[in-house]
Amino acid sequence: MEQLTLGTLIAVWEEMFGATLFWAMVVVAAVITVLYLYVLIRDRAMSMRKFLLAQLSMPVGAVAAVGFVLTITNSSLSDMGGPIDWLVLLGIAAAGAVGFAILVYVAQSLIRGAQSD
Amino acid sequence: MTRIYDLAATRRGFMGLAAGGAALAATGGAVQAQRVRTAARIAIVGAGAGGTAIANRLATRLEGATITIIDGRQQHWYQPGFTLIAAGLKPATYSVSNTGDWLPEGVEWVPEFAAEIDPEANAVTTATGRRVEYDYLIVATGLTLDWDAIEGFSLDMVGQNGISAHYAGPDYAELSWRELDRFVDQGGVGLFGRPATEMKCAGAPLKITFLADDIARRRGKRDSIEVVYNANNQSLFGVPIVHHKVRQLFDERGFVTRYDHVLKAVDGARKVATYATPDGDVETEYDFINVIPPQRAPQVVRDSGLSWADRWTDQGWIEVDMQTLRHLRYPNVFGVGDINGVPKGKTAASAKFHQPVVEDHLVSEIAGGEGTKTFSGYTSCPMITRIGRAMLIEFDYNNNLVPSFPGVIAPLEELWISWLMKEIALKPTYNAMLRGLA
Repeated sequence: MEQLTLGTLIAVWEEMFGATLFWAMVVVAAVITVLYLYVLIRDRAMSMRKFLLAQLSMPVGAVAAVGFVLTITNSSLSDMGGPIDWLVLLGIAAAGAVGFAILVYVAQSLIRGAQSD
Repeated sequence: MTRIYDLAATRRGFMGLAAGGAALAATGGAVQAQRVRTAARIAIVGAGAGGTAIANRLATRLEGATITIIDGRQQHWYQPGFTLIAAGLKPATYSVSNTGDWLPEGVEWVPEFAAEIDPEANAVTTATGRRVEYDYLIVATGLTLDWDAIEGFSLDMVGQNGISAHYAGPDYAELSWRELDRFVDQGGVGLFGRPATEMKCAGAPLKITFLADDIARRRGKRDSIEVVYNANNQSLFGVPIVHHKVRQLFDERGFVTRYDHVLKAVDGARKVATYATPDGDVETEYDFINVIPPQRAPQVVRDSGLSWADRWTDQGWIEVDMQTLRHLRYPNVFGVGDINGVPKGKTAASAKFHQPVVEDHLVSEIAGGEGTKTFSGYTSCPMITRIGRAMLIEFDYNNNLVPSFPGVIAPLEELWISWLMKEIALKPTYNAMLRGLA
């Protein structure tokens, strides 16, 4: 397998995290996504109150994601050397923010139920 | 044009894991090649990066073949990690696993060193006298570090009196860190450099020099150390454009660069290193020295008649075609990894790029056809310039830069993303390569 295919990437990710942890993370991400869709369908609407709290929690997710990557890679913000570095960093922050926001929304919906605003 | 595209995609395959994998994943749907039935006997000498990876690939591609891999080393070493260990960023265990853990079922591992390779009789004899006959031979022995070539030096000196030698293995890399750590605190003259032979990872001597400087700066001790780099010739790196970039960085960081200085002796008691130069021997006192010895083909290979007769005669690399990696005099012999007598590429990245070429030519021949894939000389060196930054340098036989992400990751720029690749993506990619999956 020479080209960068999904199979190659999965093989590398399995090596990176260990197959068990990698697939556990995939399952967790999938479960949260499915639960998100579930509460949307169940409630038949986005709750703006829950969405507000989810949005407010986004910076937490962003900072946590960036902090995690910097910690595991022995690097710091002063190591950013060019535009691509900042773009990658923003991408990591965005992924952390969106992921955490979805998590917070789902958690509220499951804990508080379908109550309206 | 198709071929050029394929090569670009291949480079991405190796380096392109940190950045946006999902989008790239859509670029290629790998077609699993059909297994080829055969009764061929294939011997692989060496179970390092190259030998293990090709064993896995051939076990996947061939059905019914007798594949025997010969190597007495029980430990598998992830050598790209040695620099990180020698800089105190990883423990020695980071680079150590078991040879047997990576070998596939269906491949017989003979846990002995080869004592004789006879390409006329198509047989390999092990140290205990076991004879392995083959139809095809893959030489993947790697190279030998010739420590004895440095007068007055022996490995038991490493880890004390300022002597480091991280090429010697993970434990020696950890001992080397102990000395570097002490040197940075106490100050003095630090000597770095490289041998005059071909060597594996020609960027590694430069990386450890950059790291020593960076560690001293972080501790506020830079003024108390002098960093001296001894180049073996008039260049800091074999690719001219990279040489100039490194020279510029060396100047900016205040290193003393001495050209045409080849380490020939270490006097541990006096703390004096002797360098051969065009003007005669030069003695230099040191408080810290990083020793990297001359590198040669293992004796078993040099005795086999597989080496070039008129090139690298003091080093013994095997005489393979630089594109197909097939031996020029024994067409049933191929080379993988450091042992190949080609102008570039004694790195894990090159060993990775040898894989599809050797697999293609070998399996095609067994299937009654002819292979078409070629090796371009691709070599990759994530050149660490400080903790947290590296330059992702990739080049080929023609000294052309061949960046995996042209216009995105600049090869001669010190970038965090290149450091990310070195620190978190490279080892998983390497491991996937060992399993024949990348």
